[in-house]
Amino acid sequence: MKRAIDIAVLPAIPEHIRVAVLEVTARLKDMPGALLPILHGVQDALGYVPEEAVPLIAREMNLSRADVHGVITFYHYFRQRPAGRRVIHLCRAESCQAMGAVTLEQHIKRRLDIDFHETTADGAYTLEPVYCLGNCACSPAMMVDGELKGRMTPERFDAWLEAEAP
Amino acid sequence: MSVTVYVPRDAGALSLGAEAVASAIASEARRRHADVRVVRNGSRGLYWLEPLIEVETSMGRVAYGPVQAEDVPSLFDADFLHGGKHALAHGPTADIHYLKSQQRLTFERVGVVDPRSLEDYRAHGGYRGLAAALHMSGEEIVQTVLDSGLRGRGGAAFPAGIKWKTCLDASSLRKYVVCNADEGDSGTFADRMIMEGDPFVLIEGMTIAGLAVGATQGYIYLRVEYPHAQRAMEAAIATAEAAGYLGDNVCGSDKAFRLEVRMGGGAYICGEETSLLESLEGNRGQVRFKPPLPAIEGLFGKPTVINNVVTLASVPIILDRGAGYYRDYGSGKSRGTLPIQLAGNLKRPGLVEHAFGLTLRDLVEGYGGGTASGRPIRTVQVGGPLGAYIPASQLDTPIDYEAFVAVGGMLGHGGVVVFDDTVDMAAQARYAMEFCAIESCGKCTPCRIGSTRGVEVIDRIVAGDARERNEVLLRDLCQTMIAGSLCALGGMAPFPVLSVLDHFPEDFAGAADKANA
Repeated sequence: MKRAIDIAVLPAIPEHIRVAVLEVTARLKDMPGALLPILHGVQDALGYVPEEAVPLIAREMNLSRADVHGVITFYHYFRQRPAGRRVIHLCRAESCQAMGAVTLEQHIKRRLDIDFHETTADGAYTLEPVYCLGNCACSPAMMVDGELKGRMTPERFDAWLEAEAP
Repeated sequence: MSVTVYVPRDAGALSLGAEAVASAIASEARRRHADVRVVRNGSRGLYWLEPLIEVETSMGRVAYGPVQAEDVPSLFDADFLHGGKHALAHGPTADIHYLKSQQRLTFERVGVVDPRSLEDYRAHGGYRGLAAALHMSGEEIVQTVLDSGLRGRGGAAFPAGIKWKTCLDASSLRKYVVCNADEGDSGTFADRMIMEGDPFVLIEGMTIAGLAVGATQGYIYLRVEYPHAQRAMEAAIATAEAAGYLGDNVCGSDKAFRLEVRMGGGAYICGEETSLLESLEGNRGQVRFKPPLPAIEGLFGKPTVINNVVTLASVPIILDRGAGYYRDYGSGKSRGTLPIQLAGNLKRPGLVEHAFGLTLRDLVEGYGGGTASGRPIRTVQVGGPLGAYIPASQLDTPIDYEAFVAVGGMLGHGGVVVFDDTVDMAAQARYAMEFCAIESCGKCTPCRIGSTRGVEVIDRIVAGDARERNEVLLRDLCQTMIAGSLCALGGMAPFPVLSVLDHFPEDFAGAADKANA
């Protein structure tokens, strides 16, 4: 990758984003191949990788903004917009398909009234597709903020949703 | 004296309520003044019985499952702490036929030991492979791995020893060992089970690889969908470092080996080894041209051994018991054992490690017990999303790398996904192309554009639009992708599509007839 042109003035950046990014880059930027760990760090801290953070990450990493943008957009996991309070990753892969994932997917979309990559109007839930959670012996599976759920059915989903927001 | 109860912390068991079971056992024990020690083990791989809890008794470990938190009071009432009778009881774990009939080498400790305990690992034969390797030269270690016949368990089945030898012979001051833990194929979970259930075996295998080729730094590239495995691996690495098994002076040998876990970003393509290396370097995960081989110019341009989790986790037992011990399992050019993952529509999904040579029927009907829905099996997809759909008429195909190639399939990472007769095969063919379009890295045209065109052509066939002409076009497109793609994603995504055209053409015809009616 090419070295970035030295830009003295960065575009305006909200203070909390600046602080969060610099905390992560100061900690990680000297490790070999640091960009993915840094993007994970920023997303862990802010919930997403804001567009405003890109010039600062690029400067700290000595990369061009295009390089950083290219990496962020390559990986499905990195978000460029904030998510809902809970992110539901629903498995679409074959083992789950064999156990009714398509019906489950239709049910969840109807129930939350959103499509994949969308967030409910009240900002509570974001729905994302995922291609295998490694829980194929307990299909269909979904993961909510790192918590794995197996043998899901529309009924079990509704029960979970009711327990979440009574 | 306290009674030991095992409650898995395996992600699959947790997904079915194991955490609530563990806390219910602890609180019920307090209430009844019973002296209980709860150990959080990995999974035995008997997933239809998860959460499967075990009690250490005078007759060995006794199994109960599937247990939910509300079953716990009745288990105490039945005196399960002494192996008492209960509706969920399965008797001694070791006698359960599904488990007893397996040949567990790589998975010998998974579900047995406490994955956080180095003492437990050592007490069950752990670190004996490394002890042997420390008395050997790099050449001797590589020769042992070559002699064992171990082939890469990630999917490509390339002989591990040849990769290692190439890396050993490359001259460089810095070399790397990279573990491909980007287990993205649907229907596979063996890597996850090892990392969660026996993380030290992967650390030991990578350390031996480092000693063999002269590498001092290792990376585990782990998919972001596996947070439980991340926690288990990081805890085990910290413990191994503190005990001197990793660091600047491995076991006082004056040889250094350090290990780090790096998280992926949800890109399937990063399971392809050169794409993975790009990702580790902090770039877009686009595949590289080969040559140069990673063993000569790999991570950061340095010679790199890159192997899958199961491959590396099979190395310690080979070093401990000798190449011959491992090679004596298996058949033909497929030596040793393969952990098969049974998934999809099955009564008894789970992990079956066995020497090569069982048939697909032994697995899905014998172990798997047929479909969970009770309907006939229509097709089995072996080897992940790029694997062919094998019709029920070919279930007698033996588990053997070459035998699968002969029927137009591949064993891949050993995932077996079963579908019953309600499956719409035209939809499965479309999904294969759609998946390729979503996950293509974009570097080569056949994969990037071909997959999107493939979805469109299948849509036209299904709509009944010039079906015969479009079928010719689809086959032609598949051949272009197979012959012209840079890596296995574009090069193999047509396999499931072609298998549907060959074995299930009626599903396209049926849809077209409906459209014409």
